[in-house]
Amino acid sequence: MLNLTILWPAILNGVTTGALYALIALGLTLIYGVLHIINFAHGALLMVGLYAVYFLFRFLGLDPYVSLLVVPPAMFVLGYALQRGIISRAAHGRDENILLVTLGLSIVIENLALMLFSSDTQTVDTAYGFATVDVLGAFIPVPKAVAFAGAVVSALALWLFMARTDLGRAIRAVAKERKGARLVGIDVEHVYAMSFGIGVGVLGIAACLLLPSYYVTPQVGHGFILIAFTIVVLGGMGSFVGALIGGIIIGVVEAIGGLMLGESLGQIGIFAIFILILLFRPQGLLGQRG
Amino acid sequence: MTRLSLLLVVFAALALVPLVVTSEFWLNVCVLTLFSALIGQAWNILGGYAGQFSFGHALFFGVGAYTVAALQVRLGVNPWIGLVLGGALGAAVAVAVGWLTFRYGLRGSYFALVTLAFAEVFRILANSIPWLGAGEGMMIKLAAGPGMLQFKNLANYYWLLLAMTLACFLAVWWLDRSRLGARMLAVRDNEDAAAAIGVDAFAVKLQAMALSGLFMGLAGVFYAQRYLYLDPGLAFGPTESVEALLVAIVGGIGSLFGPLLGAIVLHALSEAAQAALGGLPGANMVIYGTVLVLMVLFLPRGLASLFRQRPQPVEPPDA
Repeated sequence: MLNLTILWPAILNGVTTGALYALIALGLTLIYGVLHIINFAHGALLMVGLYAVYFLFRFLGLDPYVSLLVVPPAMFVLGYALQRGIISRAAHGRDENILLVTLGLSIVIENLALMLFSSDTQTVDTAYGFATVDVLGAFIPVPKAVAFAGAVVSALALWLFMARTDLGRAIRAVAKERKGARLVGIDVEHVYAMSFGIGVGVLGIAACLLLPSYYVTPQVGHGFILIAFTIVVLGGMGSFVGALIGGIIIGVVEAIGGLMLGESLGQIGIFAIFILILLFRPQGLLGQRG
Repeated sequence: MTRLSLLLVVFAALALVPLVVTSEFWLNVCVLTLFSALIGQAWNILGGYAGQFSFGHALFFGVGAYTVAALQVRLGVNPWIGLVLGGALGAAVAVAVGWLTFRYGLRGSYFALVTLAFAEVFRILANSIPWLGAGEGMMIKLAAGPGMLQFKNLANYYWLLLAMTLACFLAVWWLDRSRLGARMLAVRDNEDAAAAIGVDAFAVKLQAMALSGLFMGLAGVFYAQRYLYLDPGLAFGPTESVEALLVAIVGGIGSLFGPLLGAIVLHALSEAAQAALGGLPGANMVIYGTVLVLMVLFLPRGLASLFRQRPQPVEPPDA
C-alpha cells in the first residue's frame, strides 16, 4: 500500500509543478477571458520563451533568473505584435478564424524551431540545478521551490494589476462589454493587443522559472498546451484564482497518477479530468455560466 | 453540365492517372494528394457543412487503422472485413464523441478542444496497451494479393483509394441536394434559429459525425494496408488532424470540389518546397502553417470561393 513517505514527496512535487502549470494557464485564461478566443499558439510561444532563455544562457552566460528582466518584456512585445499584426486582422468577425490562425501560427513557429534548432533536447547547467531544500521531510529541488514562489507572486501581481490599474479596468471593461467600452472611449484594439501581450509575457516569466529544472525541444509546448487548457477549463474560463487552484490540482493528479500508473498512463488522469469537466461542468469550478 | 456529371468526369479522368503517370515517385504524389482530398472531404462534412470544427480528426482515422491492423495481426481476420469494421468503428466512435459533447451543448472552441483531447487520450491508450502493440506499434504481415487487400502495384492502391474518395465525394454531392444537408447548413449558420423551426440540431450533428467518422475510418484502413505499419503517433498524432482541416480550409469549406482543389494545391506547394529546400525536417509543416495563416487572413472562404457564382453570405457584423 502507499504510505505517506512516498505520497508526501509526490504531492509536494505535484504542487510545485502545478504552480508552474498555473502560471502558463494564467496567460491563456487572460487571453480567453478578454478576447473570448482560445490561443492555440500558447504552447509554441512558451517554447519560444524557453529557447530565448536557453540561448541567453548559452551565448551571453545569462542566468535564467536574470533573464526574467529580458525575456518577459520581449515576449510581451511579440504577443502585442502578433495580435495587432496578424490575429486581429484574420478574425473577419468569426471566432473559428481566430482558432485557425492561432493553430497555423503554432504549426509555423514549432516547425521553424525544428528546422533551425533541430529536435535535440537542450538544458542549462546551473550551480543550483541539483541543490535541494527540505520541506517537512521531503526534498524539493531548489529550482522547483523558486518556480513555485515565482508562480504565486506572478499570479498575485497579475491579479493586483487587473484589480487596481486603469489598464486592468479597461481590460475588464472590454471583456464584459465590447461595444460599451468602445463608446466610453477605450481603444479596444489596443486593449486586445495589450491583453494578448501580457498573456504571452507571462509565458516569458514561466519560461525563465521553468528552464532550470526542465528542458527545451521544438515540441516541448505540446505537453503543456493540453494541460494548460485543462486548467483553464477546470478553473473556469477567465478566472485567475480558478487557474491557480486548477493548476495545483492538475499537478497533484499528474504526480499521483504517475506514481500509481506509471509515467505514460498517468497522463490519462489529466485528460479524463479535462473531458469530464467539459462534459459535466463546462463553466469550470469557479466560473459562471456565460 | 450538372454537378454530378462534372464530378463523374473529374473522377473518370483521375482514374486514368496511373495509365499516364508511369513514374513511381509521381504516382505516389498522386496517391498522397488523393488521400488528402479524402480526409479533407471527411472533415468538410462535419466542419464545412455542419459547422463543427474538429481539431482531432485523426481520432477516427486512427480507430479505422488500428481496427484493420489489430484484427489481422491479433485475430487473423481478413482485411476486407477489417475495411467494413474500420469504417463502422470510425463512425461509431465519432457518434459516441458527438453524443457526449453535443448533449452538453459544447460548441465552437470547446468542441475543437474536446476532439483534440479525445485524440490524445486514444494516443496514450494505444501507447499503453500491449495488445495494440503499445509504443512499438503494429506491423501487418506482407501478403500481397487482392484477397488480403495488399497490392504489389502502386496503381492498384491508387484505384482502391480513388473508389473510397469517390464514395466520399458522392456522399457530399448527395448532401448538397438532400434535406439532411440543408439541415446541416441551417445548424451551421444559426443553430438556435434552426432549432426554432424544428430542426433537431443534436441528431443532425450526430449524423454529420457519423458520416465524417466513417470516411476517416476508411482512410485509416487504407493507410494501414498501404504502409503495413502503424504506431500511436502516426495514427492519433496531430499530423492527420491538421492535414484534414487544412485541405478543407484551403479548398473552401462547405463546397463539393473544395477539398480536391485544396489537396492539389497543397501537395503542389509541398513538392515545390521539397525541391527548393531539400528534405529539411519541418519544412513541409512550416509551409502548411503559413498557408493556413495566409488563407484565413486573405481568403477565409477558400479557393473555391474564387469560382463560386452564388451570392456570398454576408459576414456577421462585429458582435
